[in-house]
Amino acid sequence: MKISAIITLKKDVLDPQGKVIHQTLDGMGFKDVSEVRQGKYFEIDVKENDPNKAKGMVEDMCKKLLANLVIENYKIIETQ
Amino acid sequence: MKSSVITFPGSNCDRDMDVALKKFGFRNKMVWHNDIELPKSDLVVLPGGFSYGDYLRCGSMASKSKIMQSVINFAKSGGLVMGVCNGFQILVETGLVPGVLLRNKYLEFICKNVFIKIENKDNPYFKNLEKDIFEFHIAHNEGNYFCTKDQLKEIEDNNQVAIYYCNNQGKTEEEFNPNGSIKNIAGIFNKEKNVLGMMPHPERMIDKSLSGEDGSLFFKNLIKNIK
Repeated sequence: MKISAIITLKKDVLDPQGKVIHQTLDGMGFKDVSEVRQGKYFEIDVKENDPNKAKGMVEDMCKKLLANLVIENYKIIETQ
Repeated sequence: MKSSVITFPGSNCDRDMDVALKKFGFRNKMVWHNDIELPKSDLVVLPGGFSYGDYLRCGSMASKSKIMQSVINFAKSGGLVMGVCNGFQILVETGLVPGVLLRNKYLEFICKNVFIKIENKDNPYFKNLEKDIFEFHIAHNEGNYFCTKDQLKEIEDNNQVAIYYCNNQGKTEEEFNPNGSIKNIAGIFNKEKNVLGMMPHPERMIDKSLSGEDGSLFFKNLIKNIK
């Protein structure tokens, strides 16, 4: 079963890459952008068919490795 | 005095650290990341480099490697563990020292000499050092120290800031901050002061004809303190 996780920087953490992307978008004419924050996306195929168990496994992975909870939040976003 | 330097896949300052430790009298062993047991050591060093290609977050993979459980146990039992550069990034990922190291504020890889200031010498690393301002070398892309407000308060209340970036006069203003670190923080201790993580490389300052001698002062003093 495929589970996806999105890792984003917490609100107060500076994201210089997001800022540069924002500036570049602005320079390209995308003037209606107020902020860009860059994150990470993971697609994890787990050997588990129960969606809740599978999500639980990925949540554990997020807590222990995929995210650093000092600066990042994670969201388990979809099941297939 | 015995020391161990851990080599991770992608470490590249491990041999420099080995040379520095041996030059000042340590009997050093190189330890492979896949080993389980740590040799008997008075000091364990996590060296600089790009362990695991800096994948995911710098230091995150190395912090989960086999040898690290022994290193964590060693640190928790009071053993001296020093992480330099990528070693510092590994230490924050293990949680042995608080905070994280973000991408440098201006998105550049910084490679230059900097001045650092030691404020607190009540610890085995800096005790008896005769001066407070040192010139060390930094080379990193992710050295921007960050922690939450609550963590910062705790760190400052416990005197856990090991070193600050400064100018040659010891002024720690924002203009002497190379990478955006909170409060110019260049290095941090754990609460007990036996674990030290820092971005600057003392091992690159051990030869007058190549670089400088401030690293020599640090290592000579360190081995005296451990004896």
